[in-house]
Amino acid sequence: MILFILRRLLLAIPIMIGVAIVCFSLVHLAPGDPLVSVLPPDASADLQKQLRTLYGFDRSLPEQFFGWISRAVTGDLGTSIASSRSVTTEVMKAVKNTLILAAFATLIGFFFGSLFGFVAGYFRDTLVDKAASFISVMGVSVPHYWLGMVLVIIFSAQLGWLPATGMGAGGSAAWEWDWAHMKHLMLPAITMSVIPMGIISRTVRALVADILAQEFVVGLRAKGLRDFDVFRHVVKNVAPTALAVMGLQLGYLLGGSILIETVFAWPGTGFLLNSAIFQRDLPLLQGTILVLAIFFVLLNVLVDILQTTLDPRITRG
Amino acid sequence: MSPASSATSAVTIENLRVTFAGGAAPVRAVNNVSLRVTRGETVALIGESGSGKSVTLRSLLRLHPAKKTQMSGQIEVGGRDVMAMNASELAAFRGRVASMIFQEPLLALDPVYSVGDQIIESIQRHMKVSRSEAHARALKLFEQVRIPSPERRLAAYPHEMSGGMRQRVMIALALACEPELLLADEPTTALDATVQIQILLLLRELQSRLGLSIIFVTHDIGAAVEVADRIAVMYAGEIVEEADVRTLMRAPRHPYTQALLQSRAHGSLAKGTRLATIGGAPPDLANLPPGCAFAPRCVHVEPACREGSIAIAALGPTHQARCRRTHEIVWQHTAAAKA
Repeated sequence: MILFILRRLLLAIPIMIGVAIVCFSLVHLAPGDPLVSVLPPDASADLQKQLRTLYGFDRSLPEQFFGWISRAVTGDLGTSIASSRSVTTEVMKAVKNTLILAAFATLIGFFFGSLFGFVAGYFRDTLVDKAASFISVMGVSVPHYWLGMVLVIIFSAQLGWLPATGMGAGGSAAWEWDWAHMKHLMLPAITMSVIPMGIISRTVRALVADILAQEFVVGLRAKGLRDFDVFRHVVKNVAPTALAVMGLQLGYLLGGSILIETVFAWPGTGFLLNSAIFQRDLPLLQGTILVLAIFFVLLNVLVDILQTTLDPRITRG
Repeated sequence: MSPASSATSAVTIENLRVTFAGGAAPVRAVNNVSLRVTRGETVALIGESGSGKSVTLRSLLRLHPAKKTQMSGQIEVGGRDVMAMNASELAAFRGRVASMIFQEPLLALDPVYSVGDQIIESIQRHMKVSRSEAHARALKLFEQVRIPSPERRLAAYPHEMSGGMRQRVMIALALACEPELLLADEPTTALDATVQIQILLLLRELQSRLGLSIIFVTHDIGAAVEVADRIAVMYAGEIVEEADVRTLMRAPRHPYTQALLQSRAHGSLAKGTRLATIGGAPPDLANLPPGCAFAPRCVHVEPACREGSIAIAALGPTHQARCRRTHEIVWQHTAAAKA
């Protein structure tokens, strides 16, 4: 088992190198001068050149890439142009915040998604199924920034139950496990959870329907198992795939939450990316993307390991 | 049906009808089947695909989806009225009094549980024993069905075993709670020829050792002859002929049975000889013709066959057939007579 995990991790290394190349190239392909945000409009050509040399933008792209990647493996992602702070520190702070938000959203989404999925799969083509399917299709198709604003209008503006923006009292940017932070987490997490909820519910419904149609379910009933015992078998059959989908959803939410984090002013990676893009802060931008991509790859490895452990039919090759 | 008769018979089916609704037209899969199996007896149900033999078998455990199935008639197993059971009585009955061997064990076993766990689950469901006792019993069952290195095999998953081993597991699972009645739904169809013989011999041995009653569904007459005491031939949801094996093989009286026996490949068949087949196709069960269902394909058909239902006629103490012309039809197939 340990050997298998090590093998998967080793296999992830070439993927990460590829990811680094792609994200570096993409950032440099994008138009716009990275120095425009720090340079005064009337800066002299001399000052421009000086700054360019300082940040290394005067060198060729391969040179810049190798410089960046060799420092990145030691944990140094460079310095943000806009804030002059270490990119690594900035990104890690933001990743932690996003991870908390995404994990909560995935948990909520997974819970309700599986609930709706099992109910819909078990009571196929009944009113319950239609209702559960309607909710999950809504979850996938409603624009979440819109849903976020609607929730803010209802629960913050009208009812005044929950705070509308931020992560903690007084613009706290460091997560703490207290009630104030939880209250701030509630609305963005719920808003974000509708995406995985919809997808997981559709997946689970299809899996349950597929499994219930299989001969072994008849076999289980022929053994004298009661409905609840049969349900346990169905759950164990659904679990590997459902958990894999959940893991991938968590990965998507890690990077794909720019809109929600902006609506709720959540100081996570989406928020960070947003400002990095607008300020042409190339070191911050490529650093954030790289870290997110690494998280995504690691999450995939984790899902792989989990699925292999749960489903005996997948061999540990 | 009197209670006295059920004391000696393990299974009594009276006027069983099974209709599947849900499609465009209701499918009448089983039409008025009556069958008796005595204790320790093996009865084979043979017939083509779609003749209603598996449906009859599954009816004994009431395994058909309740919503889409209409069942009528009487089913008694070991004196218990199966049709009258509620959900929890049915669950306590299945696997304990009557259990089932499926055609394709790879599909009938849960792929994500080890075979040992599945047998232990069944034992613990019906018997009040600890997990270690159940494990010991599962091990004994594996030895009984002659699975080599049983301890190791208990931990295996269905996909890790060969077809023959899987079917042995299926048999062990079916025998786990010492049932009175074993229902075998084409247990050898998915296996290759040499393994088929092994499984048939194993079934016969277990049957005589444990005093089981077996209903054995197959379309392989050879397999039926190998294990059964009595054979019932089904066509279009009806039993068309029923007799002990010897009588049925030597003197079949229903034209369908005769055609079936003629269509077997024999060792004595000379090279270049055409194998006899039954012309036409089985009738549409959603749209059965009046009269004898076999009439459209029958070589002995006369106009009266197509009108009104035909009662089953006794031809001897253990022999009955559902045909108007049984007394005129003579069996003259020399190859089959040798069998």
